[in-house]
Amino acid sequence: MTLTPAIKKDFLIKLAENSKRQDERKFDEFRKIELETNVVKKAEGSARCKIGNTQVITGIKMDIGEPYPDIPEQGVMTTAAELIPLASPDFEAGPPREDAIELARVVDRGIRESEVIEVDKLCIVPHKKIWMVFIDIHIIDYDGNLFDAASLSALAALMTTKVPIERIKPMLEQEKENKDLIGKYLKDNPKDYPLPMKKPPISCTSVKFNNVVVMDPSLDEEEIAEARLTVATDENNDIRAMQKGLNGSFTTDEVRKVIKASIDNGKKLRKILYNSVGKKNG
Amino acid sequence: MKTDIKLLEKGKRLDGRKPDELRPIKIEAGVLHRAEGSCYLEWGNNKVIAAVYGPREAVPRHTQNPLRAIVNARYNMAAFSVDDRKRPGPDRRSREISKVISEALEHVILVERYPRASIDVNIEVLDAEAGTRCAGLTAAAVALIDAGIPMRDIPVACAAGKIEDTVVLDLGKEEDNYGSADLPIAISPRTGEILLLQMDGHLTLKEFDKALDIAIKGCKKISEIQKKAILEKYQNKKEEK
Amino acid sequence: MTQETRQIVIPSQLLGDIKNKKSGRGTFVENGKIYSEILGVLNDKSEYINVVPLKGIYDPTEKDFIIGVVLEALQSSWLVDINAAYPALLHVNEVPWDVDFGETEKYLNHGDSIMAKILSVDREKKLQITLKDRNLYKIKGGQIIDVEPSKVPRIIGKKGSMISLIKKYTKCRIFVGQNGRIWIEGNDDGVKKVIETIGMIEDQSLSFGLTNKIEELLKKDAKDVH
Repeated sequence: MTLTPAIKKDFLIKLAENSKRQDERKFDEFRKIELETNVVKKAEGSARCKIGNTQVITGIKMDIGEPYPDIPEQGVMTTAAELIPLASPDFEAGPPREDAIELARVVDRGIRESEVIEVDKLCIVPHKKIWMVFIDIHIIDYDGNLFDAASLSALAALMTTKVPIERIKPMLEQEKENKDLIGKYLKDNPKDYPLPMKKPPISCTSVKFNNVVVMDPSLDEEEIAEARLTVATDENNDIRAMQKGLNGSFTTDEVRKVIKASIDNGKKLRKILYNSVGKKNG
Repeated sequence: MKTDIKLLEKGKRLDGRKPDELRPIKIEAGVLHRAEGSCYLEWGNNKVIAAVYGPREAVPRHTQNPLRAIVNARYNMAAFSVDDRKRPGPDRRSREISKVISEALEHVILVERYPRASIDVNIEVLDAEAGTRCAGLTAAAVALIDAGIPMRDIPVACAAGKIEDTVVLDLGKEEDNYGSADLPIAISPRTGEILLLQMDGHLTLKEFDKALDIAIKGCKKISEIQKKAILEKYQNKKEEK
Repeated sequence: MTQETRQIVIPSQLLGDIKNKKSGRGTFVENGKIYSEILGVLNDKSEYINVVPLKGIYDPTEKDFIIGVVLEALQSSWLVDINAAYPALLHVNEVPWDVDFGETEKYLNHGDSIMAKILSVDREKKLQITLKDRNLYKIKGGQIIDVEPSKVPRIIGKKGSMISLIKKYTKCRIFVGQNGRIWIEGNDDGVKKVIETIGMIEDQSLSFGLTNKIEELLKKDAKDVH
């Protein structure tokens, strides 16, 4: 088990009192970010995000399924995160623990609630056949701030996803029921096409220790963190998702400061995201 | 499985390879920050990453062996690594592969050095296309060296198979699906000992001899690539002034 | 400058024959031949063939000075993490204080760092450490960094030459644990310099003339030197 010596904690606190961080970053500064798309051929979409030494690979798979009865003409998305033992001496094999579940759900909310994926364009036969989008987040190196690395890689993967008509076509053509509707859908969409997406909100995560709040926590900072706050903002500087974690607390003033820093950094991260998927900003 | 596709035509396979030709392989050592040792490997369209933690005290305590370290290899396929998304978590196939890989590695690691400890090897398949267990074991070996684990040899794996009555080396995707035999092996290249051997399909004794022979030859070629990858990582540091 | 070549070897690499050499550290013998068992640097100048490891966790050796972090205070001992494959035990008899049964927490607790010495390593690799020696105590203040244990000899240098150099020019107090943990205390700039210098040594540990190079760099930045 990784144990943070008390001395390390004291040292980080002392630095923070002098407005410094161990790696000389400003309190609201991110580490170097690398974002690469199309890294897994088998996946319909994929991306690798590296923030500092933290590395996350997200793969998108799509398949045909049945819609939920209350939303019969909408596609379905699910998000799963795996903290695989590869990534840290403290990650154990086994069913996802709470941290993995929280991570997946926070990334999921940022995408689902902002309706980033245009799920009403993912219907093939109303009430019967829709597209399912599986977002699988694979943490492969843990060095602090999984939330933002996971979120960025998921968005980059989604924005480069192609709906796999060609792979699924043979199966669809074999269907005995709804031949007309399926036929029409395949006629309208004869080849693989980009997953219909809207502009996504960008998430930024901060942690608090000893009354100091820093953004994009390093591993050491995360280990002594008392509270954590993730804020997702969109291009209009509006807030789309938030999550506070750990058992410490924030003052309302701190929350407002974090929101402002998230908006500012959100802009920078959005630029990196758009560059990596080959779109122009805005 | 049956198919109309011709797997072998005029001595050339679907991807243009000759019967005894390997797919392109790329190996890089020391790619992760947290792991003690790590390796990223591409083999045809396979992409695997291996990481080693340990030796560290084995937990839970009842798994400890007072005389030696236990080797826990864990092979896992990412949900997005295959055509039809795979549900996360180990299935029976992954658990079996984990077991045979652990056993192969145990033979070459000097486990008596670390009583009561465990050496944890994690293999993640990110992109899969036939031969992932061979790719995984080959990557794991490099990760173990990168972690400074003492070994008496560097294990390496490769598969041979049969398509259209011809024994071939390193089955590709269609060959794996529509071929008539699959023989993955792992060897200790210095001694020639066989550490992993599995077979399914149909081979005559003569075909088996041929398959084993070309698989071993394939292993030896890959062994050179492994060694080069390690030396490249550490030799370059030496040349820095 | 003499150009000796530092040769990197890997497991299973043939290094020699027992007819002419003896098998030393990091090697094993099979059928009369000597092979490397680890990734390391070959040292075959003497009658022994040794391989000095480039990587690998700390291998606890009796009499080594190390920095430990307390995991748990037990009834009459403490369990201490020393960055090895196993935690070490520190018994109440091995500390300079008079500790009553069950009072261990008053002296050392989870997260405390200590400078200690390895007392014994038994066949099952059960480790005992002690604080009963000069300059061993509970650490207060300063900071601790982690380095590859295999780089420690280079950081200390021949007869302590490298570490003395660093101490002299940065005016910092430094304690190097054989287990890859280094404690540093001093003014902010000095500590920063120490960490930078150690980082450089880690990266270039195989180069020649490193001690001179480091001395030049430190001299350039130092204001005054005793």
